[in-house]
Amino acid sequence: MLFTSYEFLGFLLVVFVMYYLLPGRAQWSFLLIASYAFYFMADPRYLIFIMITTASTFLAAKSISDHKASFDVWFKEHKKEMEKEEKKAAKAKEHSLEKKIFLCCLLFNLGILAVTKYTNFTISNINSLLSAFGRAEGLSFVNLVIPMGISFYTFQSMGYLIDVYNGKFEAQKNPLKFALFVSFFPQLVQGPISRYADLSQTLYEEHRFDWKTVSFGLERILWGFFKKLVIADRILVPVKAIIADTDAYSGFYVFAGAMFYALELYCDFTGGIDITIGVAETMGIKVTENFIRPYFSKNIKEYWNRWHITMGTWFTDYIFYPISASQFMMKLSKKSRARLGNNLGKRVPVYLSSFIVWFTTGIWHGASWNFIVWGLGNFVVIMISQELEPFYRWFHSKVNVAGTFGWRLFQVIRTVLIMSSLRMFDCYRDVPLTIKMFGSIFTDTHLWQFNPEAFVAMGLTIDDYIVVFVGLIVLVTVSLLQRSGSVREKIAATAGPVRFIIWYVLFMATLIFGAYGIGYSASQFIYNQF
Amino acid sequence: MKKLLAIVLTIVITISGLWFATRLFMPKYMHGILEGAMIGEYYDDPTDHNVVFIGDCELYENISPVYLWENFGINSYIRGSAQQLIWQSYYLAEETVEREHPDVIVFNVLSMKYNTPQNEAYNRMTLDGMKWSSSKVDSIKASMTEEESMIEYMFPLLRYHSRWSDLNVDDFKYLFHRDKVTFNGYYMRVDEKPADDNIPKGRPIIDYQFGDTAYQYLDKLTKLCKDNDIELILVKAPSLFPYWYPQWDKQIEDYAAANDLTYINFLDYQDSIGLDWDKDTYDGGLHLNLSGAEKLSEYFGQILSNDFNVPDRRGEEDLEKYWDGVIERYDAEIQRQTTNLEKYGSVHGPDGE
Repeated sequence: MLFTSYEFLGFLLVVFVMYYLLPGRAQWSFLLIASYAFYFMADPRYLIFIMITTASTFLAAKSISDHKASFDVWFKEHKKEMEKEEKKAAKAKEHSLEKKIFLCCLLFNLGILAVTKYTNFTISNINSLLSAFGRAEGLSFVNLVIPMGISFYTFQSMGYLIDVYNGKFEAQKNPLKFALFVSFFPQLVQGPISRYADLSQTLYEEHRFDWKTVSFGLERILWGFFKKLVIADRILVPVKAIIADTDAYSGFYVFAGAMFYALELYCDFTGGIDITIGVAETMGIKVTENFIRPYFSKNIKEYWNRWHITMGTWFTDYIFYPISASQFMMKLSKKSRARLGNNLGKRVPVYLSSFIVWFTTGIWHGASWNFIVWGLGNFVVIMISQELEPFYRWFHSKVNVAGTFGWRLFQVIRTVLIMSSLRMFDCYRDVPLTIKMFGSIFTDTHLWQFNPEAFVAMGLTIDDYIVVFVGLIVLVTVSLLQRSGSVREKIAATAGPVRFIIWYVLFMATLIFGAYGIGYSASQFIYNQF
Repeated sequence: MKKLLAIVLTIVITISGLWFATRLFMPKYMHGILEGAMIGEYYDDPTDHNVVFIGDCELYENISPVYLWENFGINSYIRGSAQQLIWQSYYLAEETVEREHPDVIVFNVLSMKYNTPQNEAYNRMTLDGMKWSSSKVDSIKASMTEEESMIEYMFPLLRYHSRWSDLNVDDFKYLFHRDKVTFNGYYMRVDEKPADDNIPKGRPIIDYQFGDTAYQYLDKLTKLCKDNDIELILVKAPSLFPYWYPQWDKQIEDYAAANDLTYINFLDYQDSIGLDWDKDTYDGGLHLNLSGAEKLSEYFGQILSNDFNVPDRRGEEDLEKYWDGVIERYDAEIQRQTTNLEKYGSVHGPDGE
């Protein structure tokens, strides 16, 4: 059920009405039923997978939590009688037991994710290797079900497990409440990857109908639909045309395609997240923000702090830090400092951890070398920009441009260009083709042969491009306004008629200019596939 | 009180805006493709027809109710639309019977060849014009292709919003009214394009058997007419193509015999009708022009009057008045098309209207 389908809107309406008609204590149970119904309607088989992940994570976390609790009680009672070494041994024994449970659950669930998503990718690579060694016959591909949103709910569940294991909070005692945390339908298919500590604050609470909350939620949903239907799904048409015909569209068209894709991806993904957050908000539930105007970032590092934030922090908290602080890295740090000197040596473990994070980030996005190279591309860019820090400092000591509007604009444009270039790996069939098409921007530009009519031949009319352009202006204006606080709050502070006109115009614009219905192919949200 | 007023005002403005936008964006079919406006015209006219024709272009381009009135006093209407599928014909008949009680319903059997929903654009041209009723709902359900959804019929703006870049003067001119494009359902053409030797011949097909769904709706139509004491006449128009296979003809003959219905295949009576395929068609034998339609109307009018005792209602004051208006438009349209043909070589005139 696509977020932009009539079925979803109908489903949402029923859920919303029922949610507020039910007594407060039954609301979360109803949400669980609704979430499972949502998933069931997508494909009944998916339910098996999410239930397995839910059950295994719940049991493991509860077991760890129970062990911790009983150990704490036992330890409190007995610590006076114990020697220091005995205490240490008891703690180590307890820790080892928890670790076993933790690792079993972690590997089991990541195993499910790996098998469902990456088996055919692995087979494809094995076959390529076999072929390179002269073996004509390769392994057969397998036909596996890939549950919708498996990457999201697996990461969300594992985040919870890790937090319980690290003793950040006690495990949820009610399996149904935990099941709701994993399956909460608005964020099931494309995130954000919520943390239990955040989402549980409002997920299980009783919520009374509050007009301001509901209207804010609806406004957010409408804004999401505007971005998705009016801009993203419209500009997708030339993006697809440029990608599909690499002979006709090279050079400047590739550059234009990359820019269009940057806009499309932003509106698609943030639009989807707006709908997710808005749906939750109408029911009084607070879902973590996933974007903070990323295209205003001045460098790649900042960009990743503002784009798909919940994924970035997940990788940082649950992969980067544990790896950086692991015994192996400590030893590596020591050795590298000894061999390469303090300055260079201290970077080795950081860069290695960073490499692993970006490799994982890449493969999390999809089972293909394109995504892996994209992830590693990000790593290389971040590494280079860190290595160039002294140069930047030197430059700014000589040229006094830092802080000026022009310099900030340059930084923003530079970031957008770099990110858009890297994202070309999302678009083209394979890595060599992506590199070839990227190269054509410089080798095959032929700006003097540039023909504006070619853009019309890509499937959009001039009128459509005007709609996209106006949509972009609205988008930028809203982003600029956001810098000084919530736009919805600002609109709420205006006079009633003004408020009505603003939302009514947005509603009608989405309804009329939205690329939906017959004549438009329903486009899935890009991040649904992860 | 002030808050309540604001809420009411908000709702009224919202609904009015949506209503206005819907009216604006819905295609008007006033020029060019007129077929989409045909079904809706029925509701404006008096509803005590003695004969109602239901079917596709083989009826609405081939029979002239004006001729039937002028020469036989038959008060008739054609509820026709492009590629009207049999379930659409059935539900139009069902709706017609709800609104009036004709003596005869004439159904053109060409649509028996379709057993599944075909084309969204044609569906729309038939269904959008219908007034809301259970017949319309059932017709939509039976007609929808996979890409369609009921909600887009309920709220047509969801379907037609993409016309924002195609809006023209007509969309504003006909916001709140429509001109008549037919003459009691008849679509007129006065031009000629002779049928030559290139008429598509029937190619062998795998299965000549009409589908179950088509038969199911033919059964329903038969029952509807019998239950309401209406004579159902099955006809096959004399159009030269699409090819009407002998195997199809046999099935209709058998069906008519089994159900005690009259079936007239006008293809068998071309000479008796007096059709001249050099002069009586405007598109090489697919449809009749005015001359052909009036010849067929003369032939069929005799049958309706003599064999089915359809009454001559000339002399009824109200009807005379109504038909005078239709005849006036009819003659004006003949004049308009003839003039255009002479001046511009096309009935559509310089603007393609």
